[in-house]
Amino acid sequence: MAHVIRRDIDPSLSDIESWTAVGGATALLLLGLSRRNSQGLWLAALATPLMYRGVTGEWPEFLTRYLPSDDPRDALSNDRGMHVLESAQVLKPIGEVYAFWRQLENLPRFMAHLDRVTQYDDSGLSHWVARGPGGLRVEWDAQIINEVENQVIGWESLPGSDVVTAGSVNFDSARNGRATNITLHMRLEPPAGRAGELVAAIFGRRPAQDVREDLRRLKQLLEAGELPKVVQPSEVMA
Amino acid sequence: MKAVRYYGKEDVRVETVPDPEILNPHDAIVKVTASAICGSDLHIYDGFIPTMEKGDILGHEFMGEVVDVGRETTRLKVGDRVVVPFTIACGQCFYCKEGLWSLCDNSNPNAWMLEKLYGYSGSALFGYSHMYGGYPGGQAQFVRVPFADVGPLKVPDSLSDEQVLFLSDIFPTGYMAAENCNIKPGDTVAVWGCGPVGQFAIKSAYLLGAERVIAIDRFPERLALAASQGNAEIIDYTSTDVYNELRAKTGGQGPDACIDAVGLEAHGTTLDAWYDRVKTSTYMATDRSHALRQAIEVCRKGGTVSIPGVYGGWLDKFPLGAAFGKGLTLKMGQTHMHRYLAPLLERIERGEIDPSFVITHRVRLDEAPAMYRTFRNKQDSCIKVVMRPQETTS
Repeated sequence: MAHVIRRDIDPSLSDIESWTAVGGATALLLLGLSRRNSQGLWLAALATPLMYRGVTGEWPEFLTRYLPSDDPRDALSNDRGMHVLESAQVLKPIGEVYAFWRQLENLPRFMAHLDRVTQYDDSGLSHWVARGPGGLRVEWDAQIINEVENQVIGWESLPGSDVVTAGSVNFDSARNGRATNITLHMRLEPPAGRAGELVAAIFGRRPAQDVREDLRRLKQLLEAGELPKVVQPSEVMA
Repeated sequence: MKAVRYYGKEDVRVETVPDPEILNPHDAIVKVTASAICGSDLHIYDGFIPTMEKGDILGHEFMGEVVDVGRETTRLKVGDRVVVPFTIACGQCFYCKEGLWSLCDNSNPNAWMLEKLYGYSGSALFGYSHMYGGYPGGQAQFVRVPFADVGPLKVPDSLSDEQVLFLSDIFPTGYMAAENCNIKPGDTVAVWGCGPVGQFAIKSAYLLGAERVIAIDRFPERLALAASQGNAEIIDYTSTDVYNELRAKTGGQGPDACIDAVGLEAHGTTLDAWYDRVKTSTYMATDRSHALRQAIEVCRKGGTVSIPGVYGGWLDKFPLGAAFGKGLTLKMGQTHMHRYLAPLLERIERGEIDPSFVITHRVRLDEAPAMYRTFRNKQDSCIKVVMRPQETTS
């Protein structure tokens, strides 16, 4: 059911770097073992991740999980930050649903945290403004990185943004073309410091439920043509 | 305007609150001319329904006159006289298009609450807790009706309020309960509970071709109404063993279909009924299901058990083995109201049924708190209360 955008990770190390890592790890290992005491064993153990990196070109996953990344290119393919995967079926043909979503200015009509999305031009660049409780406000630029009409839209924040975020939405035809299954995969990595607190305050309280409600509102807009509203009288009149 | 508001278990009050306003393009505002208290309102009154909040306006059986419409409401016009179904449906989602109106995807703004409880949410209801949408109800002088082009049914002036009011819930609910029984000529149908829904289930079973209907209750006035108006054979379960009596009346075979028009607050005199009372009163179970157990046990092989009675939580000692062993069909759920309004109005117009026969009490809105108590205690032979919200005290 869920399609997730995956990009092959470029081998990040040159041959020289690899051999340096393997060499360094081997030296550390030998040095540690030659000491024949507990400190030496620790030293040898520390060499293992380096050896792993030398051989595979990547740090072991148990380390990278905790390393901050400022590279949005692998935004959806790693598991740092908040990941949300949610689905909904809309009883409208795929063309209509896709076109509504692709007009990114529509997103704030059903995504509760978004205040405004503005597309700059046809370059796929857009400016996003999110708002939270107490007038909190976060802005970032994003670009569409993957687009197949009536199938998928993928986007991610530009390097240097306050927010590292990426999302992909897949559209699949259902019920003999009467309906569209939407699968939304979003990732959000709050930055360090005050900006991170802002992002967490806006997005972080219950992200999975928030995205589910976002898709429910999309369904209500496209199917029923309005969002259900309720007001119980709070006051008593004399 | 005046409205009946919930303040807690056994505490409802009539208060003056601001009039409702159009909030959405497909809304209408209805000036309520008649509004009933439903047996399911008593589940709220007795504290069985979670997510009620202080000040919520109650009521889901109402009708009246359209006094305002939203800008995209096209079918209804100001001045139309309408009866409003208690379930709220958008008319556009998969479920509405399939005729499963009470399962509408788009009318409940608090769908997440029911999703936590049930996995998925059904449609919103008027005046029936926040997990069912939190919409203010119709025990009030005015009410906001969303998706006004989809739900409300225009009614002709030739019929009185009392003749059409129960199209809002209990007549369609009793009718769907009977329709779910897949009645064939010659069939015998047993109905547990002779409250208003049970009374309509009895009449509907005959309308759909049942040969005999047997009604089970303990209140003499309800059994008497089932016999006199519904033409049912009656069993008082406090003085008669229901299982043996039903077998004796059906040549030992059991009824072809059984209708549980009681729901989660069932009473009984048998051991399992007392077990339920103890468990629910100590919060170890939520629903008492004595009537349903009995229906499953006595229903004939291959028969149908139809459940219009409301259940909310978890059942204990549910005889699924008996249901499986006899190959029963179980049918249940909130009424798909929108299916039934127009065809049942036609039956009323043709004179096949006059739904006003269940009414025992006619009062002003101000009398609601007293009438909730009377109805709950089944005092004064109370079966159905109709309020006239536009008639005010001097």
